[in-house]
Amino acid sequence: MYTEKVMDHFQHPRNVGEIENASGVGTVGNAKCGDIMRIYLDIDENEIIRDCKFKTFGCGAAIATSSMATELVKGKNIREALEVTNKAVMEALDGLPPVKVHCSLLAEEAIHAALWDYAEKHGIKIEGLDRPKSDIHEGEEEEEEEY
Amino acid sequence: MGKLIYLDNAATTKTAPEVVEAMLPYFTEKFGNPSSVYSFASGNKDVIAAQREIIGNALGAKANEIYFTAGGSESDNWALKATAEAYQGKGNHIITSKIEHHAILHTCQYLESRGFEVTYLDVDENGLIKLDDLKAAIRPTTILISIMFANNEIGTIEPIKEIGEIAHEHKILFHTDAVQAFGQVPINVDECHIDMLSSSGHKLNGPKGIGFLYIRSGVKIRSFVHGGAQERKRRAGTENVPGIVGFGKAVERAVSSMEKRTSYERELRDYMIERISKEIPYCRLNGDPVKRLPNNVNFSFRFVEGESMLINLDLKGICASSGSACTSGSLDPSHVLLAIGLPHEIAHGSLRMTLNEEITKEDIDYVVDNLKDIVELIRSMSPLYEDFLKKQK
Repeated sequence: MYTEKVMDHFQHPRNVGEIENASGVGTVGNAKCGDIMRIYLDIDENEIIRDCKFKTFGCGAAIATSSMATELVKGKNIREALEVTNKAVMEALDGLPPVKVHCSLLAEEAIHAALWDYAEKHGIKIEGLDRPKSDIHEGEEEEEEEY
Repeated sequence: MGKLIYLDNAATTKTAPEVVEAMLPYFTEKFGNPSSVYSFASGNKDVIAAQREIIGNALGAKANEIYFTAGGSESDNWALKATAEAYQGKGNHIITSKIEHHAILHTCQYLESRGFEVTYLDVDENGLIKLDDLKAAIRPTTILISIMFANNEIGTIEPIKEIGEIAHEHKILFHTDAVQAFGQVPINVDECHIDMLSSSGHKLNGPKGIGFLYIRSGVKIRSFVHGGAQERKRRAGTENVPGIVGFGKAVERAVSSMEKRTSYERELRDYMIERISKEIPYCRLNGDPVKRLPNNVNFSFRFVEGESMLINLDLKGICASSGSACTSGSLDPSHVLLAIGLPHEIAHGSLRMTLNEEITKEDIDYVVDNLKDIVELIRSMSPLYEDFLKKQK
């Protein structure tokens, strides 16, 4: 059911782990839906993403999209990273089964959440970046929130 | 692919070679329609009668109380819809449980949309219905109680005899979905006061596409498939002769091997449960430890999502199933796991492994050894596990 690329990233996920004192951390999704993604960003003074790590609780597609998303944002500046959409992640994986498209959305949201965290910590505003709509802690209180 | 260890026998089983062999002539030289007059074909009528006899005997029922269908889902649909229709003069209330198969639950929902009222009984943390709840749910308008013999996901065997007695005392019809139980545990319809029972061929090494509904003599139940006079005018359609022959053979085989086979499976099952419980931290056995199908193992692993576990097992040649949302096509995990009180994130991390008599202790060791590594690997990637470890410190 998965493409070779998805299976490759599932079996050999890139950038699994944590970054201590990360410049930005974003966690999206909730345990209720069965998908939680956390992305750590290490951003240098030129606003370039030096390193990116992830941890994901979820299905094969969730793990593969997290892995691919970290690969895609690494080395980009924060504005370019915003352009890593769920479509881009999906294309890079040669597609996902229709029921798994929401996993790729989660990857995009996780990057945005991590960038938002970075922007807040540094008191800056990133053009085109909105407050993340899904957040693990909000999810616990607002059960009705949609993802 | 090299090694294949098939641990999904609750989903379907391999058709036994002797079953296939018994079926083959009925595709070729003995292809005749049992309803035809000439002797070449009408012999097939006797063959069907013989299978009905075998199956009836296996249940302590009469041959003419066995009605062949296309499988478990049809039998469940028939039992519920036809009873509801036939007894609506008496009442419109049905009692079932929250952990039934979808063939029951979705049929009940359909009946609700047609004006029937349905009580869905809760179960305890092991998946057992509470008899007091059942008694309390009975109304003057209750026409049917439908409770599964054993649960397909967690393997819990319900107190069928006690339920049957309660139904009998209150003169309410009792149907049981025995798709997972038939061939695995002894069943006697009189002892358990069962009025209707659903079964399916492919769960006991028979072919797919064949099942039966046992209907006790005297139960008013209408035809579900209209047409010809087959199955005592209650289920039209030319008989699936090869399927019926295969089903009969499979039942014969399952009944004669039951004691030896299930005691072997039970031993393996308990060995597997013990190893997993001891060697994998933060796990939970789902289902009753004792009142349990001989071949069912079902665990939840915290901080782990089911589908990623299944894919990793598949890469090792192991076939299993999970109640996670990702394997069900919806966003919710299994209704059975939620009904036994598991929080969503733990229900997502469930794994069902159902054995058969061909599985060896070495196979179980291979599976558990791999499972340990897989759970550890997935946990190492899980943000839930990361948070849990941080809290521990």
